[in-house]
Amino acid sequence: MKIGVVKEIQKNESRVAITPKNVEQLAKIGFATDIETQAGLASGFSDDDYIKSGAKIVNKESAWLNDLVVKVLPPSLEETSLLKEGAALISLMSPHKNAEILQALANKRVDVMSMDCVPRISRAQKLDVLSSMANIAGYRAVIEAASEFSGFFGGQITAAGKINPAKVLVIGAGVAGLAAIGAAKSLGAIVRSFDTRLEVKEQIESMGAEFLVLNFNESGGSSDGYAKTMSPEFIEKEMELFAKQSKEVDIIITTALIPGKPAPKLITDEMIKTMKPGSIIIDMAAEQGGNCDNTVPGELIEKYGVKIIGYTDFASRMATQSSQLYGTNIFHLISELCKNQDNNWFKDNNWFINIEDEMIRGLTTVKDGKVIWPAPPIKISQTDIKASTAKPKEKIVQKKPSPLWKVFGILSFTLLLSIIGLYAPRLLPQFTLFTLACIIGFYVIWNVTPALHTPLMSVTNAISGIMLVGALVLMNSPNIITIILALIAIFIAAINIFGGFLVTHRMLDMFQKKDK
Amino acid sequence: MLENLIEAVYLLAIVLFIFSLANLSKQENAKRGNTFGIIGMVLTITATFLLIFSRPNIEDYWIFMVTSLLVAAVIGQRVASRVEMTAMPELIAILHSFVGLAAVLIGFGTFIENTPLSGAEKIIHEVEIYLGVFIGAITFSGSVVAFGKLRTILSSKPLILPMKHLLNIAMVASVIILGAFFLNSSHSLAIVFLIIMTIIALLFGVHLVASIGGADMPVVISMLNSYSGWAAAATGFLLSNTVLIVVGALVGSSGAILSYIMCKAMNRSFISVILGGFGTVSTQSSSVSGEYKPTTPAEAAVLLKDSKSVIIVPGYGMAVAQAQYPIYEMTKKLQDLGIEVRFGIHPVAGRLPGHMNVLLAEAKVPYDIVLEMDEINDDFKSTDVVLVIGANDTVNPAAEEDPNSPIAGMPVMQAWEAKHVLAFKRGTATGYAGVENPLFFKENTQMIFGDAKKSVDEILKSM
Repeated sequence: MKIGVVKEIQKNESRVAITPKNVEQLAKIGFATDIETQAGLASGFSDDDYIKSGAKIVNKESAWLNDLVVKVLPPSLEETSLLKEGAALISLMSPHKNAEILQALANKRVDVMSMDCVPRISRAQKLDVLSSMANIAGYRAVIEAASEFSGFFGGQITAAGKINPAKVLVIGAGVAGLAAIGAAKSLGAIVRSFDTRLEVKEQIESMGAEFLVLNFNESGGSSDGYAKTMSPEFIEKEMELFAKQSKEVDIIITTALIPGKPAPKLITDEMIKTMKPGSIIIDMAAEQGGNCDNTVPGELIEKYGVKIIGYTDFASRMATQSSQLYGTNIFHLISELCKNQDNNWFKDNNWFINIEDEMIRGLTTVKDGKVIWPAPPIKISQTDIKASTAKPKEKIVQKKPSPLWKVFGILSFTLLLSIIGLYAPRLLPQFTLFTLACIIGFYVIWNVTPALHTPLMSVTNAISGIMLVGALVLMNSPNIITIILALIAIFIAAINIFGGFLVTHRMLDMFQKKDK
Repeated sequence: MLENLIEAVYLLAIVLFIFSLANLSKQENAKRGNTFGIIGMVLTITATFLLIFSRPNIEDYWIFMVTSLLVAAVIGQRVASRVEMTAMPELIAILHSFVGLAAVLIGFGTFIENTPLSGAEKIIHEVEIYLGVFIGAITFSGSVVAFGKLRTILSSKPLILPMKHLLNIAMVASVIILGAFFLNSSHSLAIVFLIIMTIIALLFGVHLVASIGGADMPVVISMLNSYSGWAAAATGFLLSNTVLIVVGALVGSSGAILSYIMCKAMNRSFISVILGGFGTVSTQSSSVSGEYKPTTPAEAAVLLKDSKSVIIVPGYGMAVAQAQYPIYEMTKKLQDLGIEVRFGIHPVAGRLPGHMNVLLAEAKVPYDIVLEMDEINDDFKSTDVVLVIGANDTVNPAAEEDPNSPIAGMPVMQAWEAKHVLAFKRGTATGYAGVENPLFFKENTQMIFGDAKKSVDEILKSM
């Protein structure tokens, strides 16, 4: 089987769909790769690199003529004409924007798999391009912010005085938001984050950011794991929070998106006015219209002394890294196409788009001449998983001894005491001693650190060798059999004493503190 | 006069024994505890020597007595200095059996001595003998079976006889009936009943321990520890000896508490441990499936070097593979890189309470980085990498998540909360409890298959 990798023609797109490393991976599962000449140049891979890893360098036309063509951005109408009838194409299709192109592909009976339509199920995570790109974008956004910001991110104490750390607000804690939190935190900034979905609180906090809470009882999670539109009351509260925060923070990174809708406007012109001069806003939702009133998609503008960055190509700005991840996601998809449902590989390196598989169905947008986008939803999200695991947790409880046992214990102890008191008063002092010793033993042993339970057992072995005393007193007996029995008892009890104490000593010698 | 002096020395020894156990509360004082125990023992024995040499009938036999003491000392020294730390459970089991045997011998010795007593005094005396021999015999044979199981001379699978509960009840009942005969017979006939009872008690002990499964071994050892204490206490009552009573009570409650801790750590009731094998529970848990994600030692080394905090969760498999030494080498390397490394120990890891701590201590792992489950369980969330080495059931999330699991409700180490889990495993078999472990299929878990020692050695090399 052969795969064609074509060069991206759009301006500002530096990525390539397959890297030399992926070429090697694909060769292992039986795929040869044709690379359009100079396809990887912008992301740092020369034609020579590809040749070394076993690919063939071909011209544009031959690259497009393969049975399976992979690329990053959706093809232009012009490019679709280069595909051969009945071929298959893998790219980021953005089907909601490119209906015309999808139709053109359908007319040519080209099967299309859209890497931006990978369903959010755990099995599909290794193909999830949106997550891997968002991760890079979130990181890059912080780097862009840092290079525009004319101050330290981390606080410092220098001879010239104390420098406060920068304050960063990240709105929306999806993959991009969390990556931004992580990057900003690593640079030393104070990071706060807000998200309408209360279930992400834990993730935000685990990245080291503060989760900003609204005093409002509504969660924006939905069954597919994405955010939904909130009630007007909620939005009002939320805007109050942002207005207050914009006065304080140095950098705002917004990543708020609602699928299928324009990005919500969260940072108003009014708020920007109140921000400190030199502050930065990174609007990662610029492509969907932006979270900020003044965002110009693809541009850096300055208003009221605040720089507003609306780049839409963060991932492409780290083309080597993002191509590597994109290519690996593609590789995983192709290897899925080569396996049947029981995870066995097809014979003869065959591949097949299995519409019955919900993961493959989700990302297939054109099949057998028909546009089949959007796929029926697969409903699963974190909240569901949480709910299903949280319930049994409550059910499973530690077994507790029933109170009947306690009553039984107390009663039999009383009974025993009365029998001794009535029939064997001679035993009372000994029994007192015994009971008190049990109680002392109880308190003393509970204090023993669990780490020393083995030495505890060996030392109790040693001191139970006190049986020796019992055997010794029998040595005064006039009866020879008693003496013989006593001698054996002396012998074994003494082994206990010597063996027990010595092995305890040996073990305790091993326990050492650090640096000793 | 002399007897009063001896009682005073005994009291001093009792105090020393209590301090001996109390000092085990912390590692810093533990050695002092052992020394207190030794001093207490020397005092008691010296005082007892003074006592018996002031009494008649000692002249002919004292040389035998001293000889057997000396031989025992040599044997004890040899065993104690040579025993492997992995074999500690066996040593402890066999020492328990000695206490039990001594109790039986002393009981018989006292009975044969035939002190002339009458009325209530005689009954008390004989009940004491009977009880002491009974407890001693169970302890003895039970410990011998436990020793055999630990040495794998005997199968570690639970022995399941038909109508075993009925059998147990029958044995206890016959012991009681024989007791009645024993008390009402002439001396020469009574000894026959005593011997028959001893045989039944020995069988009872064998059956008791043989029917307990391998996974419950820590409970069995603690239980026998407790029995050996009660046997000593019973002998103390018999001889009206205060030191014996107090030491017996201390040891007995110590073993009882350890049994309780072990049962709690497995969420099992003591009764159900005693009554049956672990492996006998029918497993109806929801089946676990998924893909293992194997990784290589080289990749594991990179992951470890990039982390900030690491927790190592060892199980008995680590000791079997003798992996503790390279693990400590690795720990030192990681610490040199500024990475926080700690060990988390589940109470039932190993075959003896605290066994894992001793094994780590032997590999010179400092005890202040070895923490108990309760101390470390909340820290997994903020940990980068968890190494699960030879542990299985103690890190099984099914205990918390799956109410149908045979180990449901057992407290477990929440290793899965960490960012990454590296699990070292010999093969794909299940743990002692025979339960599949969903941890190994989790998103954040990577598996390293093969011998744990070799794998850790390779990680060390790649570092």
